[in-house]
Amino acid sequence: MQQVPDYEAWSAGRASEIVSQHVSLDGPLLPLLQALQETFGFVPEAAIVMVAEALNLSRAEVHGVATFYHDFRREPYGRHVLKFCRAEACQAAGGDALAAHAQARLGVPLGTTALDGTVTLEPVYCLGLCATAPSAMIDGRVIGRLDQQRLDAVVAEVQR
Amino acid sequence: MMLRVFVPRDAGALAVGADEVATALQQAAVARQIDLELVRTGSRGLYWLEPLVEVGTSEGRVGFGPMAPADAASVLDAALGADGLHPLQLGFTEHIPWLKRQTRLTFARCGIVDPLTVEDYRAHGGLRGLERALSLGPDATIEEVVQSGLRGRGGAGFPTGIKWRTVAQTAATQKYIVCNADEGDSGTFADRMIMEGDPFVLIEGMVIAGIAVGATRGYVYIRSEYPHAIATMTAALAAARRAGVLGAQVAGSPYAFDIEVRAGAGAYVCGEETSLLESIEGRRGIVRAKPPLPAHKGLFGRPTVINNVLSLASVPIVLADGAARYRDFGMGRSRGTMPIQLAGNVKHGGLFETAFGITLDELVDDVGGGTASGRPVRAVQVGGPLGAYFSRALFDTPFDYEAFAARDGLIGHGGIVVFDDTVDMAKQARFAMEFCALESCGKCTPCRIGSTRGVETIDRIIRGENRAENLTILEDLCHTMKFGSLCALGGFTPYPVISALTHFPEDFGPRPTPGPRASRPLSQSAGETPAVPG
Repeated sequence: MQQVPDYEAWSAGRASEIVSQHVSLDGPLLPLLQALQETFGFVPEAAIVMVAEALNLSRAEVHGVATFYHDFRREPYGRHVLKFCRAEACQAAGGDALAAHAQARLGVPLGTTALDGTVTLEPVYCLGLCATAPSAMIDGRVIGRLDQQRLDAVVAEVQR
Repeated sequence: MMLRVFVPRDAGALAVGADEVATALQQAAVARQIDLELVRTGSRGLYWLEPLVEVGTSEGRVGFGPMAPADAASVLDAALGADGLHPLQLGFTEHIPWLKRQTRLTFARCGIVDPLTVEDYRAHGGLRGLERALSLGPDATIEEVVQSGLRGRGGAGFPTGIKWRTVAQTAATQKYIVCNADEGDSGTFADRMIMEGDPFVLIEGMVIAGIAVGATRGYVYIRSEYPHAIATMTAALAAARRAGVLGAQVAGSPYAFDIEVRAGAGAYVCGEETSLLESIEGRRGIVRAKPPLPAHKGLFGRPTVINNVLSLASVPIVLADGAARYRDFGMGRSRGTMPIQLAGNVKHGGLFETAFGITLDELVDDVGGGTASGRPVRAVQVGGPLGAYFSRALFDTPFDYEAFAARDGLIGHGGIVVFDDTVDMAKQARFAMEFCALESCGKCTPCRIGSTRGVETIDRIIRGENRAENLTILEDLCHTMKFGSLCALGGFTPYPVISALTHFPEDFGPRPTPGPRASRPLSQSAGETPAVPG
């Protein structure tokens, strides 16, 4: 099992350090938001304000970017993140039934986080593992040829 | 005793346990006191055999697969034995018919070389294209790409050389080469394989493009769903800098060129070129109206070549062996080879690079071996989520841009997703609209609103509400989306919907009034097709 990422608690000092590392890039906004999320696990409102000031953008512009892209999280995720590919190649290989099975076993609907914060279930539209479908990703580790047995092992790992 | 063993580090191989197999091989080698040299390569693209382990011999590499960690010890014993026999032994990998019948030009090195060693790349024919481009000079290099007949492999099929010439002829102090590696289409993974298995060929292609058009900076925009590709490309760029392939004096020439990786953030629409440029610039991935073309005003308002991974990765072979050799492959206006990706419910899925012209039934039945489930093939979707669904009646279609267009389909990025007879085509049509609604950038009305209305209308058809009336509405809506959308997301979503309706009408319930439909064919004004994302 992949190492669960250990995110830092929000710190304005740490955040402004990250901001200053990125401001000199051409088109710094996406790499900057990505770096903030990698550090803190999500992009809090305070970060939006800070980034807007640093890049001389309006808060609305930064908010617009942070909400346009599916990747950016506005609140912390569960300790584990389980992503199911819901695109056509995985549909053809029975992926829908497996996603339904995981939702039922964990009691967490796709696109939400468990109330106890153990796991976030997310749809993803193609991991590029279409010749070993159906596929999923658990905490950044890719899984191909997913079947109920392999999925149950992942579910058990997440619940531990 | 010394043994050289090759284990892929491609994400598709890792997903089925390649790392675990590599660890088991190392442990088994220690237990047997064998000096094991483990080389991590890309994938050969024979995914049903992954993890495919290869053992180096004096006559060539012998394949074993699909491997499980528990097989490691017995495979090592077999490899060291006199006859080399083992139940998983596949013979010389190069002689596996599935691989042998391919024409590998773009993927010539993928799965063979260590993707992070420039010397290995050079030893396998790499950098010959760049050397020739430097001796030809910019104008002749562009001419060579034009003459090769290479067309954009991202989906739109626009001639690559013509794009380059436009940028070269546009005066500016700064120009850019942007590689579109936002491979979002389901059923496609060729870009990912190249970036993970032979990243230097993409770097070489971008360097050649830069020298040809007078650009000094390049960006590779890789989707965030590909973390392994991002890591390998980043490491390969560093290696290329160390080797002098990138930098102030590319390969000792007076030309400067460097490349930066940018990660996407989960928006499918960013595979559309103008939306991708917006994203690099740090904005929402909203599609730009054209003109101006990116070739005139692209990234940061500067002249920009924006090409797909496979287009750029095909450039070195075009230059190295000459335009004529590349052009000799293919049919009609589709020249060269196409890396075709067989995916979904398919027995022998993977990457099959071949000259244009191979038919769908050859690809699906012969190469793909039918479905993995063993049930009859009912439908294929070619070209990703915006590609048409074809029934068996259309399987004589040759793989060619124009032949697919003539049947209201597209080859897109070359992905073929196979479905067996359990597929519900009304559900697939609904998904096409649902996906468009989810991923629409929101700039144009037909896409933003049409996709949601499309989902609702298909739901009514599935429930059997005023079926005839709602089918007419759906066809009319598709027509509006096709001709009124700004880019291919809204413009091509009708392809899977209408093709499902046309070729699989029985899945949409009985038609109340038999007879010819009043719909207008999608091909009505073909020729004005917008570029396809991804």
